[in-house]
Amino acid sequence: MTATVPVEHVIALAAALFALGVVGLLVRRNIMLMLVSLEIMLNAAGLAFVAAGARWQAPDGQVMFLVILTVAAAEVSVGLALALQIYRRFKTLDADALDEMRG
Amino acid sequence: MQTAFYLAAAIAIAATAMVVTRRNVVHALLYLVLSLLAIAVVFFTLGAPFVAALEVIVYAGAIMVLFVFVVMMLNLGPAAVAQEREWTRPGVWILPAILAAVLFGEVVFLLGGAGGPNAGGLEVTPAQVATALYGPYVLAVELASLLLLAGLIGAYHLGRRGKGSEDEL
Repeated sequence: MTATVPVEHVIALAAALFALGVVGLLVRRNIMLMLVSLEIMLNAAGLAFVAAGARWQAPDGQVMFLVILTVAAAEVSVGLALALQIYRRFKTLDADALDEMRG
Repeated sequence: MQTAFYLAAAIAIAATAMVVTRRNVVHALLYLVLSLLAIAVVFFTLGAPFVAALEVIVYAGAIMVLFVFVVMMLNLGPAAVAQEREWTRPGVWILPAILAAVLFGEVVFLLGGAGGPNAGGLEVTPAQVATALYGPYVLAVELASLLLLAGLIGAYHLGRRGKGSEDEL
């Protein structure tokens, strides 16, 4: 197998994507874009699982990707519903506008 | 396959960098779709065609539809029309279109069987994944269904219009 991509390169790609997601989550203040950054990070984690599964020819990596996919779908549906509620109550999607608790 | 992998990886990183730097949410979503498609091509070159198909269908399809739907709900009124005109300028979509065309060319090239062996070694077939999924990982399947049910109920409860809020959205 001389024509294969080293698994380190795939892991490096996953790490780069994850780092971009972290930067997006920390820098952006729009709730929609913060959710998008979370999606990027989950996807990068899935890429790492699939890369490891391909390295050892095991289906387990792809099974883990399916679990991550499920988590991402559930997370984004609840997150977007929260974003809708926030927009209804505060008329903004700026996360910094929500820095006060009621209690 | 190696060249295809590195090309798709470069497109994925470039598109993701564009996602986190766009001011406009719709532009960011456009680049996010491109990034997800590029990662799907990466999966394909790694010998995981099942996951590549799921990436396109669930991530680039269903989850993106959710995002676009919420953006549409939050952008009603005459201001949205002017915004729409702004978004459909050629300058906005020309770069994603070029990158997506590169990806499409890659997929056509790879499906033609011209790519040689997989970049990640032997292919892990959907049948192997299904056997693992309903064999040792059957508990994970049940937990995933519970999680999706919880997500469904949570999204319904949170997305409901409360009794006190009479303002229209």
